[in-house]
Amino acid sequence: MREIEYREAIREAVMEEMNRDPKVFLIGEDIGKYGGAFRAYKGLLDMYGPERVINTPISEATIIGSGIGAAVTGYRPVAEIMFIDFTGLAMDQIVNQAAKIRYMTGDNLRCPLVIRTQGGAGRGVAAQHSQSLEAWFYHVPGLKVVMPSTAYDVKGLLKTAIRDDNVVVFIEHKMIYLNKGPVPEEEYIIDFGVADIKREGKDVTIFAYSNMVFKALEAAKDLEQEGISCEVFDPRTLVPLDMEALLKSVKKTNRLVVVTEACERGSVASDISAKVSSQAFDSLDAPVKIVAGLNTPIPYNSILEQASIPHKADIVKAVKEVLA
Amino acid sequence: MAELTKGQKIQFLRTILKIRRFEEKTIQMYQIAKIWGYLHPYVGEEAIAVGACAAINKSDYIISTHRGHGHSIAKGADLNRMMAELLGKATGYCKGRGGSMHIADTELGMLGANGIVGGGIPISVGAGFSCKMEAKGRVAVCFFSDGASNNGVFHEALNMAAIFNLPVIYVCENNMYAISMSSCDSIACKDIAKRAAAYDIPGVIVDGSDPEAVYRVVTEAVELARQGKGPSLIEAKTYRFGGHHPNDPADYRDKQEAEFYKREKDPVINYKKRLLEEKVISQTEIDTMEKEIITAVEDSVKFAEESPEPSLEKFLEEVRSI
Repeated sequence: MREIEYREAIREAVMEEMNRDPKVFLIGEDIGKYGGAFRAYKGLLDMYGPERVINTPISEATIIGSGIGAAVTGYRPVAEIMFIDFTGLAMDQIVNQAAKIRYMTGDNLRCPLVIRTQGGAGRGVAAQHSQSLEAWFYHVPGLKVVMPSTAYDVKGLLKTAIRDDNVVVFIEHKMIYLNKGPVPEEEYIIDFGVADIKREGKDVTIFAYSNMVFKALEAAKDLEQEGISCEVFDPRTLVPLDMEALLKSVKKTNRLVVVTEACERGSVASDISAKVSSQAFDSLDAPVKIVAGLNTPIPYNSILEQASIPHKADIVKAVKEVLA
Repeated sequence: MAELTKGQKIQFLRTILKIRRFEEKTIQMYQIAKIWGYLHPYVGEEAIAVGACAAINKSDYIISTHRGHGHSIAKGADLNRMMAELLGKATGYCKGRGGSMHIADTELGMLGANGIVGGGIPISVGAGFSCKMEAKGRVAVCFFSDGASNNGVFHEALNMAAIFNLPVIYVCENNMYAISMSSCDSIACKDIAKRAAAYDIPGVIVDGSDPEAVYRVVTEAVELARQGKGPSLIEAKTYRFGGHHPNDPADYRDKQEAEFYKREKDPVINYKKRLLEEKVISQTEIDTMEKEIITAVEDSVKFAEESPEPSLEKFLEEVRSI
């Protein structure tokens, strides 16, 4: 199968959906000639014109508001917030408006809105451009949260997000836009709430999403040398969450390590740990172990930055601890 | 602009009265705790919704506020379903999920009242994009308050509506108070309409107690919007007759000031008087109209009270699926 970059997969997904449905349009900062901060929309302005590739001023709240207003009147906008850190500027529109509008109006207003954004550390862009803030959105009823790791997943999930009648917060990771992966030429979509076992194993389940999937896979490879078989479980969508598949995996391996780049306090990882601990207590041979970022603003200095997020060695250590 | 017909004027009066009587009823219902939560009556400001909604078509959109009952009624909302929503009933516009601050209806083009001051302003930009892309001459009217005009999103949205030439009419209902904060103390310029200069769009001041004046300025702005000439900002000077909500005595306001507006700027008193003077309507016809409206309001209470509560079972089912 051909291999393409993660960002090319995003571009293909968007193009296919724009070709399929004239109601789909893109809106965000620097998405015109510039093609988006990570060039995922390269060339799209020329192909679709400024009416469907709307390049906006720096007005995050109104980018999301524009998405909501267009969505409730029959369009399917993909609104981009360049960095997840900037969603703070649009939080009322995301949390008080978009997330609730369908519910609180008694299904009167449907809001098929995709909020595309990206987060994560590793590029030395410091505390306001490196955060992993998925827990903010995971916490709010009315938002779906998608965090794809591979080119294959990002394409199939973005197409599903655009077709979904609800608000989807679609979170990419800045360190994986250039990662190449197999993506079929023919069309496909990936349903929400369906996890993907990125590597099968029998001794321990490693729950990891977004960029952490790759660190988990590296750890699993090393651990294999020592005779430890790890199952790498990628939920792909945090809301809805494929709890059934996770419990099935844990019931097989009897051990769980939950990995997140976000700081641990109030994290998705803490919630997953609590859920599995209460729902599969009898299946667990060891307490669930969380591998998370430190509770710190992400520092600029690369030694400090790297120290504040999890790495392969941290996952290897955690796996050995749950097996001890 | 064509002169208003007798029929249009009578319709203006009917809608003003409908809003006034509905709001008076909701205040009564609030005081006996049949309506709970928050209630923000539109008493005193009726002429703005009536004039503005008369200037647009049924297929056009409106974006409303926490003080939004008048906008819904003027856009053609059904009193029964409104009252049912205020009582939290299954037959309400939002099936009892939203209450006073979230009434919306796709068919009416009513894109929602809003519990967040200024929250609807960015949404109006999206409605504007939608109207522009669809290219069928549709427009959106965004109502908001003096208080909302101090929020950052007001600046973002008007700037964006202007640069993209969107068919949105911004109607600021300057009722002089944001809860207790006087607009004189909170707004750096005397007239909010002047802020239009910053976005290079028309900024017009109108007497918000006069439905015909509001109708005229909104009609002009709608014409510009339909011609692809972009957004306008209209500041309707008005006054909130009561407190922020029925339990607010509004003792932070000058008594004489309130008395002045209630005496001189009551759209119900003034418009009745004008139509009588113009011999558009007789006192007997007004009395009949009042009676019909009071009956319709009483009927809405009856409908709401007899309506079922939302199903708890269905609610729990929905929660599991979210």
